[in-house]
Amino acid sequence: MAETTPAAATPTPTKPAPKAAPAAKHTDKKPAGTLATLTPEMMVVQQHFGEALIQPAPYEGFLVTDPAKVRDVALFLRDELGFETLSNQTAVDYLAENAIEIVYHVSHIQGGKPLCFKTRIPRDESVAVPSLTPVYPGAEFQEREIYDLYGARFSDHPDLRRILMWEGFNGWPMRRDWKEAYYEGDTKPFDSRWPGGNHKLAEERVPWADNINLPPGFDPATYVANPDGNIYESMLEGGNGHDLEVPPLDTGADAVIGSSSGLKTDQIIVNMGPQHPSTHGVLRMVVRIDGETITDLKLVLGYLHRNHEKIGERNTWLHNIPYTDRLDYICGMANEMGYVIGVERMMGIKPTERAEYLRVIMAELTRIQSHFWAIGFLLNDLGAFYTPALYFITERDLIIDLFESVTGSRMMCNYMRFGGVARDFTPEQLARARELVFERIPRAIDELERLLSDNEIIKARTIGVGYMSAERSIAYSLTGPCLRAVGVPYDIRRADPYSIYDRFDFDIPVLYGGDVYDRYRIRVLEMRQSLRILEQALNQIDQTPAGDIQAGKKAYNHRVPAGQTYARVETPKGELGFYLVSDGGQNPYRYHVRSSSFINLTSMREMTIGQKVADAVVILGSLDIVLGEVDR
Amino acid sequence: MGLLGTGILKGLSVTLTHFINTYLEDFKYLGKKAGIEPRPLRRQSPKNYGLVTVEYPKERLPLPENFRNIPFLVRDSQTGEDKCTSCGICAKVCPPQCIWIVRTTDPVTKRPVPAPKEFYIDSTICMNCGYCAEFCPFDAIKMNVEYELSDYGRIKEMILDKERLTKPDTYHAAIHPTDWAREQAEKAAEEEKKRQAEEAKAKAAAAKAAATPAKPASTAPQPPAAPPQS
Ligand code: SF4
Ligand code: SF4
Repeated sequence: MAETTPAAATPTPTKPAPKAAPAAKHTDKKPAGTLATLTPEMMVVQQHFGEALIQPAPYEGFLVTDPAKVRDVALFLRDELGFETLSNQTAVDYLAENAIEIVYHVSHIQGGKPLCFKTRIPRDESVAVPSLTPVYPGAEFQEREIYDLYGARFSDHPDLRRILMWEGFNGWPMRRDWKEAYYEGDTKPFDSRWPGGNHKLAEERVPWADNINLPPGFDPATYVANPDGNIYESMLEGGNGHDLEVPPLDTGADAVIGSSSGLKTDQIIVNMGPQHPSTHGVLRMVVRIDGETITDLKLVLGYLHRNHEKIGERNTWLHNIPYTDRLDYICGMANEMGYVIGVERMMGIKPTERAEYLRVIMAELTRIQSHFWAIGFLLNDLGAFYTPALYFITERDLIIDLFESVTGSRMMCNYMRFGGVARDFTPEQLARARELVFERIPRAIDELERLLSDNEIIKARTIGVGYMSAERSIAYSLTGPCLRAVGVPYDIRRADPYSIYDRFDFDIPVLYGGDVYDRYRIRVLEMRQSLRILEQALNQIDQTPAGDIQAGKKAYNHRVPAGQTYARVETPKGELGFYLVSDGGQNPYRYHVRSSSFINLTSMREMTIGQKVADAVVILGSLDIVLGEVDR
Repeated sequence: MGLLGTGILKGLSVTLTHFINTYLEDFKYLGKKAGIEPRPLRRQSPKNYGLVTVEYPKERLPLPENFRNIPFLVRDSQTGEDKCTSCGICAKVCPPQCIWIVRTTDPVTKRPVPAPKEFYIDSTICMNCGYCAEFCPFDAIKMNVEYELSDYGRIKEMILDKERLTKPDTYHAAIHPTDWAREQAEKAAEEEKKRQAEEAKAKAAAAKAAATPAKPASTAPQPPAAPPQS
């Protein structure tokens, strides 16, 4: 894509914000903002690698000055300091400094704050960063995403292709100077709406006019797409992601290889999805099968991609709250909670007590209804069509009826605000919540267990299926119930506590099977723990003054002080993180969503190889992904 | 693990219970609850362990008061004027930027007048977030409860102009009684404050001018404006 004017990148002075000082531009200062102080752990790294290589980074973490050395640093962090899992990896485009910054967050699996480190490469794609996949296999999809959206290259990556955009896409859409097809302005609110009073329909803006950039020599009229060529080729070659050896597929004249049964069979490549109910949305699985056995699997993502992060950077801070509902649309309020906690941390405000309780109540009810949903559809994937799913949807409906009566919407709740929540519960709504928590849901969970837990067919289909060991799960950055089903008690509510979870008495259940059956059972156990939290929260909330739900004055034009943060919460799917960078203006400079559904999918390949085709569907169901969050 | 198949039988007992419960609930309903509690509400209550289906569109669930869908503009039915002052806050807080407002300018002074000339909401883009209603300082825009909005066209039908957006405040009072009561209370409080200020002024003036004992200006306290019957 042709580089457009650099002026487009600075947070723009186009808005009439009342008494707007020229929007703060951190992009102009040499090191952006104040330098972070090194924690003792970072000191150890600095002593080991020397001060020339390890320097304090602006705001948070340390900077590895030579990008070629990041893998060594990561190895040291993993092996010497025990940062076993890569929580988050993303990039930020500092246009004015002509740098793309790659940001890593690594965590101890025992808990604690994540450690942040960064490295910088020039924007001209001349320098490749060593891929972290040999150290943390969980980096695979995240690096592909960075490559896809920022054009940063990673050397030795097993499969560096675009992941969310299609293969033939031209340009790096998350760069600050990239403009989308219906581009109107860098930041909202747009002047054209008010005071301008005009607006154009998307249809009226001709998409193929000057809003769009075509690569030189490209003619849409004659172009024939072959976006799948690469993926099929890579499947034929076999090859390995990480230390997973997949033999190449012989496609010669006598393309038969011995199967385990002693028969000579063909291996073929089959597409599952994207339009199929078993894929929980629009996900495509390309599988190489030998008879019924899967010998290789690749995922094709991005069918629901709308560049949520770009939209997030155009939006004001407040605008983003309802958008986060649309990430994992089954658990809107859990996402909102992560985002508002991040922004509150940067603004240095705290919500009121009552708001904290309301948030926890909503987040835990969300967890219960999400797990009901997940289990119901896991059963669908097993072939128990809709009887269990409908029983659990009934229970879920009672919960979202409550959401509707409080927030006004069943799923797109838009309930959390910076420093509080939008509405208080009325006494009747609290009574309804208590009725659900103390009477209805415990019974429903008992019934669920009676219906399913001992069922011999379910056991036969799920025990031992989709196993992944604890070590591999941690390496793959797997989070959420799937990680806890293999004996790792990693839950952000305890590992890196937020909100008021430290006040409640609850356990992090773990199971050790690591298969689909335990992933089902762990969700049941977690629902019971959520009920425990809810019982305490509903008992304690009466001690807080009713109506006190917003700290400070309610505002719509927030200015967030320059800085950055990585805020993470435990959603029903796993660790949801928001990496936010502010330049002091009304809009985020960078808004990154570390989505658990997306990163959990990284491990899907290893889980399915060697399993039957029908089990791939079940394994996917047990991961419990939501495509709105995967593709963003 | 017990005898093979006991787990399945246990599960089937659950489905059987559901089956029986459905008839039991209907039976109970016929017995004494009919006419007291509408069937859809009962079916969707946490007390019902039977079938939950509501036969939409023959039966409808009542909507909670907070339910929100595409917004509407409020017209004061006492004065007949729109409450909107075209301050532009709703257009600024709207996340998908689907509100656009043309301001009125005074033909003589060329200064903006606080009433919108045009007010559009592109209802195909509106994400029903409710920010506009939440942040409007004049209670001039509120969320509607209509949800059967399909139509045959994209532009004339779906881009709502001021005409189609405006609804009388009696409608607002009918669908949002709590919110309306709050508004009325605030209005009454404000009027009361104004009245007190005026009274104090009058008293001061009277005291100043008075050689003779002044009779109190307008003594009868105004009754707070009652909500109009919807
Ligand atoms: S509806 Fe309310 S917020 Fe919007 S312009 Fe009118 S007065 Fe302002
Ligand atoms: S409800 Fe939200 S999206 Fe719709 S017009 Fe109001 S602010 Fe805009």
